[in-house]
Amino acid sequence: MANSLKCDLCSKPATVHLTQIVNSKIHKVDLCEACAQAKGVTDPSGFSLADLLLKASLNPEPAGDIRCESCGFTQQDFKKTGRFGCPSCYDYFSSMLEPMLDTMHKGVTHTGKVPKRALERKSLYERLTQLESDLDLAIKAERYEDAARYRDEIHQVRQSTEPKPGA
Amino acid sequence: MKINELIDSHSELTDTAASKSAVVLMTRMRLARNLANQPFPGWAKEAKKREIRDQCMQAVAALPQMKRGLAIPVENLEELQKQILVERHLISRELCHAKSGAGIVISKDQSCVVMVNEEDHLRIQVLRAGYQFKKVWNTINTLDSDLEEHIDYAFSPKLGYLSACPTNLGTAIRASAMMHLPALVISSQMEKVVRAVNQLGMAVRGLFGEGSDASGSIFQISNQTTLGESEDEIIKHLNGVLNTIIEQELNAREKLVETDPNKLSDKIGRAFGILQNGYLLNSGEAMNLLSLIRLGIDLGIFADAQRALVDRLFIECQPGHVQHAAKGAFEPGQRDVLRAERLRAEFAKMPSPDFSNTVR
Repeated sequence: MANSLKCDLCSKPATVHLTQIVNSKIHKVDLCEACAQAKGVTDPSGFSLADLLLKASLNPEPAGDIRCESCGFTQQDFKKTGRFGCPSCYDYFSSMLEPMLDTMHKGVTHTGKVPKRALERKSLYERLTQLESDLDLAIKAERYEDAARYRDEIHQVRQSTEPKPGA
Repeated sequence: MKINELIDSHSELTDTAASKSAVVLMTRMRLARNLANQPFPGWAKEAKKREIRDQCMQAVAALPQMKRGLAIPVENLEELQKQILVERHLISRELCHAKSGAGIVISKDQSCVVMVNEEDHLRIQVLRAGYQFKKVWNTINTLDSDLEEHIDYAFSPKLGYLSACPTNLGTAIRASAMMHLPALVISSQMEKVVRAVNQLGMAVRGLFGEGSDASGSIFQISNQTTLGESEDEIIKHLNGVLNTIIEQELNAREKLVETDPNKLSDKIGRAFGILQNGYLLNSGEAMNLLSLIRLGIDLGIFADAQRALVDRLFIECQPGHVQHAAKGAFEPGQRDVLRAERLRAEFAKMPSPDFSNTVR
């Protein structure tokens, strides 16, 4: 029965029950009257279920002490702003993020456009770094045949990344 | 190009000679992009933000699409200039409030804009008058790919383009249409439409986005989710919703003409009278009157050729544009006088309405 449901935000008895269908997946939120008012659920033009779910999935959890090693952003900061500090935050906060994404979006995996050139550059860069360290090791170990091979490969990779004349 | 030159030159939205669309006024898309390995604008220190801005603005301004356009840090803009750019839907209100480290690059024809250090490092935006998702997507996709030649984007194969807010992850696209829905408003069906659209996972906002009112019966409808679907699927899904709304609006118009032609003609005729003879018009009232004139054009009461004028006035009646035209800062009361003066001049030239098709 509806009476037995509790508000997703404050655990008072819920009287407002909201259903949004996203890509044939049903998302439900139950709220008490005060929270429904506060979240603007009664104002159809200003209401976004995604935003609400984002906050709802954060509030009940006790504040963790996850911290992004790359930029120093904390879970508390995220709770305050609803934004992350840097791209690496997505790695550090992944455990908290995943259940949130499921309710917020149609899926949890990207299926759209991919920055092809940037990824090419990245993989070439990683290949170069690897080859350079291999070259160093080969020289130190006096494996000169290997070293020559690495040197040629580095040369090749570098040439392929240089802009072609007129392009 | 200088800012004042840009404001005074023809823009995609204020020079819409090609505007033939009865319901969709404007199509817009934006992509959120961030630099790899850099803190997002909301978390970056001032010096870092400026460094990121300089790098981004340089890369964007060098694109062929931005040739002879405008590239300017936000702090170099006056309040009125910012307001005009907001009224033209070129930049967001959030960007205006940015204290430092934000920038704007706008193409010469004002159809492509890149906001730098708004919520994300880059907010790429393309807008076109009318209903043109295909064209807008092709333009923004090319712009994005060209920019990617020079900038390493923050991207994860699983989560897509990484944005400051997780609600934008994945494709990081927001596609939106600005729709003129007077008949749905007059016949009190808008609430029902908003509810249905929300249930389908789309957002409805007023003329100037989040939290703005729907004066002039103008609404923005856009996708809300960005992860789990490709750009094509998101656009296709939105297109389906928009086509349904267009159909509903056209049905509502037909019904208004059928059930109470005198009431409808009276509304449109009075709007014309006030625009021709009013001496005090605030922007909300002006928008609502212009909305009725546009409805009149769509119904054949005024000539088709007038549609472009109404679309231009929708923007030029906004407070920033009114003050710019009068070359100064004016109090709201004085603006209402100036606005009415402009509208009287424009509508004095307009031929009288012909109600022979609507009133029987």
